[in-house]
Amino acid sequence: MTGRIILVTALILGAFLMLVPFLWMLSLSFKDSAEIFSSTLDFFPARLSLDNYITAFTKVDLGRFLLNGVIVCAGILVFQFLFSVPCAYALTQRRFRGRQVIFGLVLAGLLVPFHVTAIPLFLALAKLNLLDTYTALIVPFVSSMFGIFLFRQAFAALSPDLFDAARLDGLSETAIVWRIALPLVLPAATAFGIFSVVAHWNDLFWNLIVTSDPNLATPPRGILYFRDRESGSDIGPLMAATVIVIAPMIVGFLMAQRRFIQGLAAGGLKG
Amino acid sequence: MRLSRKSRSVLTDIWLVGPATCAMIVLIFIPVIIVALMSFTDYQFGARSFNWVGWQNYIVMLTDPTARHAVTNTLVYAAIVIPASIFLGLIVALGLHHLALKTPRFASGLRAAYFLPVAATLVAMAVVWQMLLHPSLGLLNQLLAAMGQQGPAWLSDRGLVLYTLAVIGIWQSVGYNMVLFLAGLAAIPSDLYDAAELDGAGSGWNRFWTVTWPMLGPTTLFVTVITATGAFRVFETVATLTKGGPAFASDVLVYAMYREGFVYFKAGYSSALTIVFFLLVLLVTALKFGILEKKVHYK
Repeated sequence: MTGRIILVTALILGAFLMLVPFLWMLSLSFKDSAEIFSSTLDFFPARLSLDNYITAFTKVDLGRFLLNGVIVCAGILVFQFLFSVPCAYALTQRRFRGRQVIFGLVLAGLLVPFHVTAIPLFLALAKLNLLDTYTALIVPFVSSMFGIFLFRQAFAALSPDLFDAARLDGLSETAIVWRIALPLVLPAATAFGIFSVVAHWNDLFWNLIVTSDPNLATPPRGILYFRDRESGSDIGPLMAATVIVIAPMIVGFLMAQRRFIQGLAAGGLKG
Repeated sequence: MRLSRKSRSVLTDIWLVGPATCAMIVLIFIPVIIVALMSFTDYQFGARSFNWVGWQNYIVMLTDPTARHAVTNTLVYAAIVIPASIFLGLIVALGLHHLALKTPRFASGLRAAYFLPVAATLVAMAVVWQMLLHPSLGLLNQLLAAMGQQGPAWLSDRGLVLYTLAVIGIWQSVGYNMVLFLAGLAAIPSDLYDAAELDGAGSGWNRFWTVTWPMLGPTTLFVTVITATGAFRVFETVATLTKGGPAFASDVLVYAMYREGFVYFKAGYSSALTIVFFLLVLLVTALKFGILEKKVHYK
């Protein structure tokens, strides 16, 4: 019994430590600057005011950053599906020459972290005059080896008879991919979607490289623009902005914990 | 003209597989070859020509007193984060697994708390850490001051900064490892524990060493590899909090690659940093695929 009490206490204490940054962020996001700079330590703000949140949206274009995040994540996700679903379907449900070679390439591609390709991709985008465009933020990610890999595993578990029947009904292969195969692997598709959106919503590296226009900043980059402009004097609104930026991921996670954990844990297969 | 059945089938294959295959060749394989070649040049972004310089970029990176920091700091950072994050992830997973037997809802609430940093935008949370660690206004140093201690400058002290970043790295990755260990623990058949009990391994400690730890072997290897690749690619916290400073005390491979390539435009040197980073990741990732293969064979 005492063992159990110690265990529970330790686990709660650990969880509390994990949450301290989140709690402090929330606390600061409601405080005005007089309270933040005062020498006394109070976790609870003197009053609950949304002033900092309003300032965050009016002083910098936070709405724009969020919209950019949505555009980039959605653009990437749509193309990743368009490219990887048909490819994974063909790799499992069709027999053709070079199938093994292509799958070998997918496995090799999984080993390459994105950072490794950054310099040549930057050069190519610069040559094509595409720096500082949404295209530059989306194009490098359109084909996901991880997506092909996940969908291939899911499709491989489906019976070929199903697809033969659909062919007999006169459906084209393209129709089979989107109307029969994809709906059958929705759990894998959701896991991949969550993985992809979380990864690109949170990414700073590529935005830092191919954009210098604040109007193209995705949420993490936007936070940095905000912080560097205010040079530390406007902590309340800055914390309000961080709350808003992480909110979609946190809310999504709390609402669909199992899918989220599946998606992000599967991401470990990626190089 | 009507196409034969066979050539129509080939066209269908190309239609389905072609776009993804072309994209991966153009976006992954050709860039890898180019970056490997560039690492042997002194090419600068925007320059009209370049020279082949052999191994020079690599020699500078590994021997120059300031440039060397990127490699050594990455290894030190990884050497702290990998064992700490795995150990804590395992401890928390064991605790929660045990707790879930009697109070599953409470356990899953705690699990969510531990996992939260994994889902949160790291750059945003790094800015929050900056506030927590602020030398005078930060929560941590205010608490220390309340206890009569003078807290250090966590992010601008040369001897301290890398360890501070490592703590943030551990905070961010523990939840991920916990989730993988929980999955591993759930997969251990409970009759193994019954058998261990019959064999006299009754205490929790004995059960752990005779059943849990050996059965978690594949999971632990998998977690190790993932934590290692994550640690080698540390970038966001460095870019947000220290920019590699002060005096290169927190310079790491991916950040150095970004700075040398995209701030100073030394594309050749940056390519060499990229290749070293790639080799490190490749080393551990190859290990991972070996493990995966094995797992499949045993099934």
